[in-house]
Amino acid sequence: MNKQKSYSSSSLKKLLWVALGVLVSGSAFAKSSLNMTQGVTEFSKIAYDLHMIVLWICVVIGVLVFGAMIYSMFAHRKSKGVTAAQFSHSTTAEIIWTVIPIVILIIIAFPSTTALIKMEAPTDADGKSITMDMTIKVTGFQWKWKYDYLDEGISFLSTLKSDSNIARQIGSGINPTTVENYLLDVDHPLVIPVDTNIRILLTANDVIHSWWVPEFGWKRDAIPGFVNEAWTNVKKVGTYRGQCAELCGKDHGFMPIVVNVVSKADYANWVKSQKGEQEVAEVKNNTQWSKAELMSKGEEVYNSQCATCHQATGKGMPPAFPALDGSAVVNGPLDEQIKTVVFGRAGTAMTAFGSILSESDIAAAITYTRNAWGNTAKDAAQPKDVKKIKNS
Amino acid sequence: MSHADTHSHDYDHDHKPKGFVKRWLMTTNHKDIGTLYLIFSLAMFIFGGALAMIIRLELFQPGLQFVQPDFFNQLTTMHALIMVFGAVMPAFVGFANWMIPIMIGAPDMALPRMNNWSFWILPFAFTMLASTFLMDGGAPAAGWTLYPPLVLQGGHNLAFAVFAIHMLGISSIMGAINVIATIMNMRAPNMGYLKMPLFVWTWLITAFLLIAVMPVFAGAVTMLLTDHYFGTSFFDAAGGGDPVLFQHIFWFFGHPEVYIMILPSFGIISEIIPTFARKPLFGYVSMVYATAGIAFLSFIVWAHHMFSVGMPLGGELFFMYATFLISIPTGVKVFNWVSTMWKGAMTFETPMLFAIAFIILFTIGGFSGLMLAIAPADFQYHDTYFVVAHFHYVLVTGAVFAIVGGVYYWIPKWTGNMYSERLGKIHFWWSTISVNVLFFPQHFLGLAGMPRRIPDYSTQFAEFNMWSSIGGFAFGLAQIFFCIIVWRTIKGKGTTKATSRVWEGAKGLEWFIPSPAPHHTFQDGAPVNDGHLAHVSSH
Ligand code: HEC
Ligand SMILES: [Cu+2]
Repeated sequence: MNKQKSYSSSSLKKLLWVALGVLVSGSAFAKSSLNMTQGVTEFSKIAYDLHMIVLWICVVIGVLVFGAMIYSMFAHRKSKGVTAAQFSHSTTAEIIWTVIPIVILIIIAFPSTTALIKMEAPTDADGKSITMDMTIKVTGFQWKWKYDYLDEGISFLSTLKSDSNIARQIGSGINPTTVENYLLDVDHPLVIPVDTNIRILLTANDVIHSWWVPEFGWKRDAIPGFVNEAWTNVKKVGTYRGQCAELCGKDHGFMPIVVNVVSKADYANWVKSQKGEQEVAEVKNNTQWSKAELMSKGEEVYNSQCATCHQATGKGMPPAFPALDGSAVVNGPLDEQIKTVVFGRAGTAMTAFGSILSESDIAAAITYTRNAWGNTAKDAAQPKDVKKIKNS
Repeated sequence: MSHADTHSHDYDHDHKPKGFVKRWLMTTNHKDIGTLYLIFSLAMFIFGGALAMIIRLELFQPGLQFVQPDFFNQLTTMHALIMVFGAVMPAFVGFANWMIPIMIGAPDMALPRMNNWSFWILPFAFTMLASTFLMDGGAPAAGWTLYPPLVLQGGHNLAFAVFAIHMLGISSIMGAINVIATIMNMRAPNMGYLKMPLFVWTWLITAFLLIAVMPVFAGAVTMLLTDHYFGTSFFDAAGGGDPVLFQHIFWFFGHPEVYIMILPSFGIISEIIPTFARKPLFGYVSMVYATAGIAFLSFIVWAHHMFSVGMPLGGELFFMYATFLISIPTGVKVFNWVSTMWKGAMTFETPMLFAIAFIILFTIGGFSGLMLAIAPADFQYHDTYFVVAHFHYVLVTGAVFAIVGGVYYWIPKWTGNMYSERLGKIHFWWSTISVNVLFFPQHFLGLAGMPRRIPDYSTQFAEFNMWSSIGGFAFGLAQIFFCIIVWRTIKGKGTTKATSRVWEGAKGLEWFIPSPAPHHTFQDGAPVNDGHLAHVSSH
């Protein structure tokens, strides 16, 4: 997607346009790309090559068949005074145009088959299956992604960046073109090292999502209750953007993917800094917070994690998403609300946040909901209350 | 059986029942039921089209301007369900009702009362489905593919959608039984199977597809219903089920379903091309075999819709190869049509124009279909606008163009009036240009990485979306114009009287009865001699 520049000059683009006879001003396409990306992995190149081979085969067949037809439309028209021939079959012709497509299909089948085998059963040049250097688990949520680095113990959520999120609301008054990487930016991008075999495990928490970064050359569904497997090895440092590709509910269009591919050294540094942040989070989980601190942190957590469903106003979108403003649960016993948030509600969109947010964030969000809008519970939840229920 | 002179006499007795209720609600006449189907289809086409207009309006520029994301999903879901089950399928049943008995020399459909019931279920089914828009939580919003678990989050609209699907499934199955019974039992003497017009053949094969797959679809949605209301876990991993199972069942229905929508189009095109080329259809027998071959293959390719779910390598290879195979009989059809035109003496009245556009544009949809079949490339194409472009080329410039061409072709026979050729040509060019502005740029959007089913998009997709929307509005308007043309033809405004032959090169039994076709035809058998038939040439 962000590779348009390398294409704007490609002769292919011009050819396509000429061939299709579509007349448009050049400036209109300055920012758009017309063709599939070649991407930055072996697979994306393979997909691109196959795409181009078949595209050209189709163009040639099209030119021949439509050419014959258009010729006939001019040459064999009644207004030219021709009389219609009355032949109605020719076994030779029919055999020829059955056999030729078969041959073409066999020709296409070879590279397609090798490509598939390479993707699904990766082997090196000697035919030995290659080893994976690291594993990342990707979990789809309505409407965010969670990344777990299984070897490093790092884990975080990745949601649409707030400037896009504000601009995308109806009546926001913000012109999307003024927002950098509109709808394609996140708060916490996935960070991976370059030139590394990375196994990617995919699953989902609620409904089916599909993880897709066009530059990597594939998409794979994230299915609740199942774990899918794919792999990648990115050859070029850079930032690559993608989106959820499987309809997953109202904000399906708003759960982008951003991957920062960095050098191995930068990656090691990043891992170190993440571990540092985790220690800070651990400290936060073990601290007693003041209510004011909980409220201000809570508002932040609520707006990034809960507001897509329950809305910033707490009014929800009944009947799909209940209001928290005035909710009996939110105004009832604290433990009940903690349970709802920590364990979620099975079979509904209400996620079990216990496994995806820190205890201090959950405590803060709950405190906020109990004291915001018209709610009058007045009490505050501490991280230790959340921990108690999580471990119960 | 040749009472040529007594026949014209028969047609004079029209015996049309009087009064709306008797004429339409209680009708068992295949022509009236055909008319009902066609009018219903047109109404649904306008309704589904209106939903599409809102979709294109929202996508006109980046940012959300008109509809909330959840409503947007309701629009895409209902647009598809209505167009597939309300517009395209009933239109073909309408053609079948009108034309099959006449084309095979039968006095009516074999099961006329069931025929009435098949039709009258539909308005109720679609009222029920459309009523979900007014419900709390709105209409189904999980896409026409109804994938769980998402569809199960939808609330009670699910029950309404499922029962509506059950009803229209019953309607389709009864319609299919009727078509099969009619064709097998009611052909006039001398109308052997291999003398039947190709439209009849394609419908016979389509009817078997319908009977085979509609129950599968009904089963799949019933499993959704029990998962939602009765605690089963067919599609819930937590209870030992599998959400992907639904996709397999759905597409086992869904792939033949797309051929249910395209085979009768092939039939219509195979009627139109020889008429205006004034030449017998090339390769009639291979056309029949190709149709049957496509129908068979349609049962073994379903998982090409699901390459990204993570299938075993062997599965991916199988479905890729099987899908490749479909292009062979499809290619045969296209080559045969072109050969039919070759060395003909062509004229280009509106039906012919639509048929030619069909061949070119449907083939473009076929090309993108071949590209999508290549699994490693499909990992990129899947669930993008490339797929949206593909299936609109085969369904709009394919199925819908065939339907519209078929209407122009037979409406003189139905109404006794010749539509205005000038208006028909304007409609053709207007539709054909706008439909390409609408759908061609969507190929580029998909290749550039725009996922389907999103209400808002990143700014690099803005230009093509704007083109697409402009094309969409123009195409939508063109169809309002079409309604006006049809209305004027029915009312005889600005038209001339149609002759019984209508088209100079027309062959087939329908052209040997007067225009408009009398209420009852062939009541004491049809005189079929080979010279009447388009497809039986003296080799
Ligand atoms: C993906 C959408 C979604 C998100 C995000 C979400 N919720 Fe919910 N929530 C729901 C749904 C749906 C329900 C209703 C569940 C049911 O039907 O029992 C619910 C119910 C609740 C309830 C119980 C309300 C009642 O009156 O029964 C509370 C409390 C709650 N959520 C808090 C939160 C908090 C706090 C967050 C953020 C950390 C959050 N939710 C994020 C969808 C969501
Ligand atoms: Cu998603």
